[in-house]
Amino acid sequence: MPSARLKIRRGGAVDAPSWSIFDLPFELGESVLDGLRRIQKLHDPSLGFRFSCINANACKECMVLVDGRVSYTCTARLEAREMTLEPLANKTLHRDLVTEIAPPDERLHSS
Amino acid sequence: MTIDQETTSLVTDVLVIGSGAAGMSAALAAASAGAAVLLIDRSLIGRGGATVMAQMTVAAALGEEVPDAAEHHLADTLQAGRGLCDERLAAIVCERGPGELRRLDGWGVGWARHDDGRIRQAHAPGHDRPRCAYVDFLSSGPAISKTLRAQVQRQSSIRRIGDLCITDLVVTDGAIRGAVGFSLQDGQPVVITAPSVIIATGGLTRLYRRNSASLNMAGDGYALALRAGASLIDMEFVQFFPIGHLAPRLIGMDPIMWDPFRYKLGGRLLNGEDEEFLDRYGEGAGGRYVTTRDLATYAIMKEVEAGRGTPSGGAYLSFEHVPEAALREAFGPVIDRLAANGIDLTQRPVEVAPIAHYHMGGVRVGPSMETDVTGLYAAGEAVGGSNGANRLSGNAVTEGLVFGREAGTNAAAHSHSTTGRASAFDGATEALDLLGSHQPDAALPGALFAELQATMSDDVGPFRTEAGLLRALDTLARIRTEAGDRPSGSIGHWPVQRLDWFDLRNALVVADCVVRSALRRTESRGAHQREDFPSLSADWTRNLVLRRGSHGLDMRTTKVGDHADAFGSP
Repeated sequence: MPSARLKIRRGGAVDAPSWSIFDLPFELGESVLDGLRRIQKLHDPSLGFRFSCINANACKECMVLVDGRVSYTCTARLEAREMTLEPLANKTLHRDLVTEIAPPDERLHSS
Repeated sequence: MTIDQETTSLVTDVLVIGSGAAGMSAALAAASAGAAVLLIDRSLIGRGGATVMAQMTVAAALGEEVPDAAEHHLADTLQAGRGLCDERLAAIVCERGPGELRRLDGWGVGWARHDDGRIRQAHAPGHDRPRCAYVDFLSSGPAISKTLRAQVQRQSSIRRIGDLCITDLVVTDGAIRGAVGFSLQDGQPVVITAPSVIIATGGLTRLYRRNSASLNMAGDGYALALRAGASLIDMEFVQFFPIGHLAPRLIGMDPIMWDPFRYKLGGRLLNGEDEEFLDRYGEGAGGRYVTTRDLATYAIMKEVEAGRGTPSGGAYLSFEHVPEAALREAFGPVIDRLAANGIDLTQRPVEVAPIAHYHMGGVRVGPSMETDVTGLYAAGEAVGGSNGANRLSGNAVTEGLVFGREAGTNAAAHSHSTTGRASAFDGATEALDLLGSHQPDAALPGALFAELQATMSDDVGPFRTEAGLLRALDTLARIRTEAGDRPSGSIGHWPVQRLDWFDLRNALVVADCVVRSALRRTESRGAHQREDFPSLSADWTRNLVLRRGSHGLDMRTTKVGDHADAFGSP
C-alpha cells in the first residue's frame, strides 16, 4: 500500500507556527480529505480542518493550500510523497487548516 | 456552571436551525409574514446539508410534459409509502409543490427546458408519468441552494449565522423558549431566545458507514426534538439508495450520481456474472429504469449474498451500449469529470451498491408542522410521516420547500401571538453546564462514531433480524459508556473534538430510536425488511411513535394519519 507524508501547518493566529507530520498509508484514488478525516478519527482528534459535503465538491468548504496551491481537499488526491497542507493565506486563521471563509454578515462575531 | 454574564445572547421571533431548502424556505416565509428571523447552520449558510448535494429530480405535478395533477402525484407517493404515509402531510407536498417550483423558476433557478420553453420533467421510478424537474448538468441542488441563498440575503429581517452548532433546545412549561449551542469560531456558548423554533436539520444517514450524507446529517434534529419532549415517528424506515457508487474510487462527485444517468440513458444493472437480475425480484428489468428503491436495494443485496456480487461487493451498472455522443449530449462536462477519475463508460461498467440516502422517519408534526411542543416546528427531511415506509424519488427537495414554507408561516404567526416571552436563559442551565464542562482522557469520539456506523451498517441496514438488532443495542450501550456524559476535547477555536462528541451524543440517541423501532416492527415493509418476519402484515399498517419517558423511551403504535396525542394528555 502506498504511503503519503502529510506535513500539516498547526496552531492558531497568535501561536508560533508549527508542523505535524503524518505518514499515512492510502488506497489509490483516495482524496486528501479522506486522509485528514482518518488522521482526525484515529490519531489526532484535535486536528482542525473544514468540510461538509465530504465527496461531492458541492459545499466548497474544504479549500486549503496543497503544496502552496489553492485546492479542495475533497478533490486533491493523496500521492506517495510529501504533501504540504496549509491554511488559505488570504483569510483570517482560526486554527490549523481552518480559516474564516463565511461572508462577513454570516458570522456570529465579525472580528 | 453559573451563567456567565458574558455568554452571547441572541433574541429573535423565529429561530430556524439548518439552512438547506427547508430552512431557507422557512426563513423566507417567516420573514414575509413579518417576523424577525435568525437562520443558523453548523456549516456555512446554504452550503451544508443535503439540498446542495441533490443532483437531479424535484417532483411536482407541473404538467409541462403531459397533463398532470396533484392527485396523481399523491397516488404515486402513497403507493411508494406502502400504506404508511400520513396522507394529509403527503397531500400538502403534492398540492403545494408546483407553486414552490414555479416560485423558484421566477427567482431564476434555471430548470432545464425544451426549445419551446416547457420545463423538462424526467420520468423517475415510481411515478406514473414524467414529473421530475431538474437543472443541468446534475446541478439541481446547487442551483436551488444558490437561488434561495440570494433571496435570503435580500431580506434584512433574516439574520444569518453559520458555524453555530445547536446542542439543546430550551423548553419550559411545555413551550419552546429557544436554544443553546456553541460557536465553532471560538467554542463559546450561545443562548438564543425565540418563541418559535423550526428544526430543519435534515436526516440521519451519516449513522451508516456508506452514505450519501454530508457531515451534518447525523440526526441532530431528531435528538434535539426528542430531548425537548417532542415525538418521533417511523424511525425504523431508513431509505437505502440502491445504486450508490462503489468502485472504482470516484472523487469530487456525489455517490448517488448514477441515478440521473439512469433517468436519461437507462443503463443496465448486472450481477457479477453479467446477468440482468431485477426481474427475478418481481419488477421489470431491461433498459428502462422503473424499479422502486426498496426493491432494487433488496435485489442487489440478495445477489451479493448469493455469491453473485461484483469484486467490491455490489452490482455492475453498464452504459457500454450507449454511444459516446449520447453520453455527452446527456451529461456534457460530467463526462470529463469521470474521465479525470479514470472512468470511460463506453469501455467498462462501474460498480454500485445500496447506500444510506434518506430518512422517512422523523419529528412527528401536524399539518401546521407544529410538534407536540408548543412553538416547536419541523420542516423538510426532519419531518416524519409523509413518506411512510419508502419515499418516492424526487419528493425530498419538494417537501423541503413546501414544509419549510408552512413551518415558517405558522411559526411567524405563533411568535406574533405570543406575549410575555420568557428568556431562554431561564431553562438553559443544564445545557450550559454541559457546554462548559470537560471530560479529560476520554475515548476518541470520532473513532466511537465509526464504531456506531459499523454496527448500524452491519445490523440495522436494509435487512434486519432480532439477533442483529439486539446486538446493535448492546454495541450502542457500550459506545455510550465509553463516550461518557461530558464532552471531551478543549474549548477553543474550532473545537472539532467537542463537535465530534456532541455529534456522537445525538447519534447515539437517534440510532437507539431506529433500532428499537426496527425491533418492534415484526414485519417487512418498504425500507424495513426483517428477515425473520419476511412478509408484510396488515396488522402493522400502523405507525410507531416514540417519546422520551421518565425511564427511557416510550413507544406507542398509532393509526396511520392520526394526529392525536399518542401518549395521552400529560
